[in-house]
Amino acid sequence: MNAPEPIAFIRQHLIDPEVCIRCNTCEETCPVDAITHDSRNYVVKADVCNACGACISPCPTGSIDHWHIVPKASAYSIDEQLTWDELPPKQDVDASVLDQAASDNSADAEEEGIQLNAATSLTSAVPPWSAAHPYVNLYTLKAPITATIAGNYRLTDPNATSDIHHIVLDFGTQVFPILEGQSIGIIPPGADAGGKPHYMRMYSVASPRTGEREGYNNLSLTVKRVVEDHEGNSTLGVASNYLCDLAKGATVQVAGPFGTNYLMPNHAGSNILMICTGTGSAPMRAMTEQRRRLEAAGKKVDGKLMLFFGARNPEELPYFGPLLKLPAHFIDKHFAFSRLPGEPKTYVQDKLRQAGKEVAELLKGDTYLYICGLKGMETGVMDALREVCMADGLEWTALSARMVNEGRLHVETY
Amino acid sequence: MSKIDYSEKIPNNVNLAEDKTLQRALEHWQPNYLQWWQDMGPDGSTNFDVYLRTAISVTPDGWAHFGHVKMPDYRWGIFLAQQEEDRKVNFGENKGMAAWQDVPGEHRANLRRIIVTQGDTEPASVEQQRHLGLTAPSQYDMRNLFQINVEEGRHLWAMVYLLHKYFGRDGREEAEALLQRNSGNQDNPRILEAFNEETPDWLAFYMFTYFTDRDGKFQLNALAESGFDPLSRTCRFMLTEEAHHMFVGESGIARVIQRTVDIMKQHRIEDPNEVRKHGVIDLQTIQRYLNFHFSVTVDLFGADQSSNAATFYSAGLKGRYEETKRDDDHVLKSHQYKILEISNGSIVEKEVPMLNSLNEVLRDDYIRDSIAGVGRWNRIIEKAGLNFRLQTPHKAFNRHIGSFAGHRVSPDGRLVSEAEWASNVRDWLPTEEDRAYVASLMGRVIEPGKMANWIAPPPVGINRQPIDFEYVRFN
Repeated sequence: MNAPEPIAFIRQHLIDPEVCIRCNTCEETCPVDAITHDSRNYVVKADVCNACGACISPCPTGSIDHWHIVPKASAYSIDEQLTWDELPPKQDVDASVLDQAASDNSADAEEEGIQLNAATSLTSAVPPWSAAHPYVNLYTLKAPITATIAGNYRLTDPNATSDIHHIVLDFGTQVFPILEGQSIGIIPPGADAGGKPHYMRMYSVASPRTGEREGYNNLSLTVKRVVEDHEGNSTLGVASNYLCDLAKGATVQVAGPFGTNYLMPNHAGSNILMICTGTGSAPMRAMTEQRRRLEAAGKKVDGKLMLFFGARNPEELPYFGPLLKLPAHFIDKHFAFSRLPGEPKTYVQDKLRQAGKEVAELLKGDTYLYICGLKGMETGVMDALREVCMADGLEWTALSARMVNEGRLHVETY
Repeated sequence: MSKIDYSEKIPNNVNLAEDKTLQRALEHWQPNYLQWWQDMGPDGSTNFDVYLRTAISVTPDGWAHFGHVKMPDYRWGIFLAQQEEDRKVNFGENKGMAAWQDVPGEHRANLRRIIVTQGDTEPASVEQQRHLGLTAPSQYDMRNLFQINVEEGRHLWAMVYLLHKYFGRDGREEAEALLQRNSGNQDNPRILEAFNEETPDWLAFYMFTYFTDRDGKFQLNALAESGFDPLSRTCRFMLTEEAHHMFVGESGIARVIQRTVDIMKQHRIEDPNEVRKHGVIDLQTIQRYLNFHFSVTVDLFGADQSSNAATFYSAGLKGRYEETKRDDDHVLKSHQYKILEISNGSIVEKEVPMLNSLNEVLRDDYIRDSIAGVGRWNRIIEKAGLNFRLQTPHKAFNRHIGSFAGHRVSPDGRLVSEAEWASNVRDWLPTEEDRAYVASLMGRVIEPGKMANWIAPPPVGINRQPIDFEYVRFN
């Protein structure tokens, strides 16, 4: 293995010490306890913050709303932030380094965690105009809700290297409203080697608002068992192994729901373009299933669905079987496999280019774009979209900016 | 519980409609409150549409909802932070018991006293600030003043709700009395001295919101630790609102300093008389205002040693700042604390039981927090390359409550004679001339985006609106 080690970048949440008045509302509000302070500064723990934004509106100063792109390995530590009198200048991350990191991280790179705090993306800060109203933060780290495991199935072939599970959580008679695209926090029991309780991990919900099983108060998650760290060394992901090993009937502590922007449009004429890899398929499955149920109930749904889905091979593609059963008139599916014997490596961006004409046509209409999966896919996907648009006389930079403003471009990568 | 019911006459998230007796009692109190607002609220502002923040729920996405509202139409309501499941009494002799959802009989009188004292400060600050709208240095500042006023008014509601719901007839009488006392009134003054001081100009207002509203942060935090859960939840929501008040103070003073140092640099002057000729407030005057407001606020924490504070703590009624984050036994019976006292003509440290010194513990936490902010102001002066530095005075300076009352202590902490005090006091505390000078600068500026000459514009607008946004519409 002579390949260079992939560099992961994160969007680190920082507080400007020059503007912050130390009023304590951010720390009080943070649902995941990512904010702490000493007598000098208020600071954010990079490895805990999930960028949920709950701290933003209670801050009277705006000092809380700072985001720096930094290499994950050298994110500013708590100790460092506590000494600051002012924010350090934003690091000038060379575009070629970012691109290199992106391609290194693409389908070859191992997923090393499912925290959602690593997005460096251009993404809408508002939901689609017709999205249903989400409920958020009903349950917190301090006051979680208990769910029961109603099912835990391996989605990937027994011979596949990646072990992805479909896990169904049942909330019984408790209130837990959820919308497609929202996520929940799982609180693994126990403590780490230092005796501190484990951090909460975020997972996107894979089922639609009416439940994994319609009419039941349950939801599903798509969880990949993490067995290697970022450097490829053997390690066991705390939350993913905990979840994947839970038997039916076991209970789990849950916080949330989280997420107010990455939501699906409700108006039936809206087109949905979905691009994902691996467990990034969870919100796509939720949205697709919501549309399928509407159609099955005889509702008029004339918006188009188009899906680009990447995995190493069909065996490692979660929900491959059920997806294949969906008729072509309902959803236009494009699969990209990077490890098929005897075949060239194909990534979602390659499939986007191949279907360029249809993609450009769709982007011209009332279309909502969702991207979810490994951080490394993002640059390639954006480049492909730019090319596809250019070939059709569309200006991607202007179009994407407009889509961001209109709540039509949503990116969640990790 | 988090949703606020705005269809009710009294907006609330406490299911008020389910308790008809309480609802009637509060609806009876409401006209008196509105009359008080009419009589003692902001002068000459009845018809303005003000860009106000109103809570529509107590969760992070709903508590800061912005829109233009006429102040008398602001929906003062009763909002409690979300309940924490299985919350316990976290300190004192009842530590580990389930938090009380009702008032424990034996603590009734003390709790009522705590709530009345806190409640009394809320309308008092509205009364102290009632003339300031007439001299606002910009629309942005005017809007901030009114935001503070309506929220202080709402904080009164929060305390009145607790009095009505949990303290029966006594509570209703105390709630009435909150509207009858008035700041600075000779016959019927507010309970705490700092709330009877005048807030005549905007420099005083910013100092008040920096120092005195910061006292609010510490008092409310200590009450948010209370084992009486409704009080804790009420204070937790009040704290989210209080943050803006402190912001107005800290950023207000920062802007005054910024403007002064800009002028000093531009004209290469340091002499305060020269500085005044340019219509800005000299740093020496800012220091004297700071000395005054710091010392008056430090008094608010009460006597250095107090058996009441010990009782409140041991009973689980009022905790320390960040009680649950401290690593000790949270009972404090065998703990000591160092306080200052006068012995043989000098100020010395003395070790006393911590339980009796809890006022001093809170005061010291407050002082640390206040000093840090003064350091942030100093960085503005430092960046301008000037040698002057602002300082908080010694905590024994100009005290009227506790063991230093009746003694003369210089800002640097020396016990001084009456004669030395008299010959220096003009350098230490604002003089009539200082106040007259600052008053001479006060004049209303209402054109959007324009600032009075003595203050720099804010770096960002409220709710990310531009600085020249129409924060107040004068109808």
